[in-house]
Amino acid sequence: MDLSLSTETIGDRTIVRVGGEIDVYTAPKLREQLVELVNDGSFHLVVDMEGVDFLDSTGLGVLVGGLKRVRAHEGSLRLVCNQERILKIFRITGLTKVFPIHTSVEEAVAATD
Amino acid sequence: MATVELRFSALPEHVRTARLVAAAVARRAGVDEAVLDEVRLAVGEACTRAVGLHQSGGITAPVKVLLIEEEKQFSIEVGDEAPRSAPGDRAPGAAGGDLDAETEEDEMGLAVISGLVDDVEVTAGEHGGLIRMTWPTTPPAAVLP
Repeated sequence: MDLSLSTETIGDRTIVRVGGEIDVYTAPKLREQLVELVNDGSFHLVVDMEGVDFLDSTGLGVLVGGLKRVRAHEGSLRLVCNQERILKIFRITGLTKVFPIHTSVEEAVAATD
Repeated sequence: MATVELRFSALPEHVRTARLVAAAVARRAGVDEAVLDEVRLAVGEACTRAVGLHQSGGITAPVKVLLIEEEKQFSIEVGDEAPRSAPGDRAPGAAGGDLDAETEEDEMGLAVISGLVDDVEVTAGEHGGLIRMTWPTTPPAAVLP
């Protein structure tokens, strides 16, 4: 399965809905999308991972890269994920301490630091 | 001899194929269903790392994956042909220096593998590197006489 990406704006937040597999082959597409959003002035991103079937360290690297970019503009990058197999990857790499992870897009949109 | 042997050109698009084949063979070998996600992720990480090493080293040889079904265990070996100096033999000034992005991703891949797989061996030498990962298998139910 390939990667699918769509975006939506809610207030000052931009929701990036990701579906499919994020791996070494597809991760560059996600990276391009995040870079493009930041370049266009979207600094508060919510990445909805509910449609993601597979995530590896390349995908994690892209998300960390996105976080670095938005932070350079005092922005935020929040994740939406309820899937145990995806959450496990964030846990074993210690990235649950780096990303705010929410159970729904609504919760992520409402969240403030 | 390996149950299944796979060789693929060091291209990112083939890593998914390796994941799918490895998971299918692992399932057949009797690896627990609950662990198959980990097998898929671990083999993907190992192959991604090998592809990266071949690409950055300009190595045209394929990446090699051996799927080995043994008694009570299933092993996967992912081999690359990227030569490196002996472990611990760092270039002067390399230790403690800033890691570049590529090394960071490589380290993250290894971190994921070691976090997922209890039985993992990483070796590297002048002819390339090898990651061997092993999972226990459940033998088929014994047939009573």
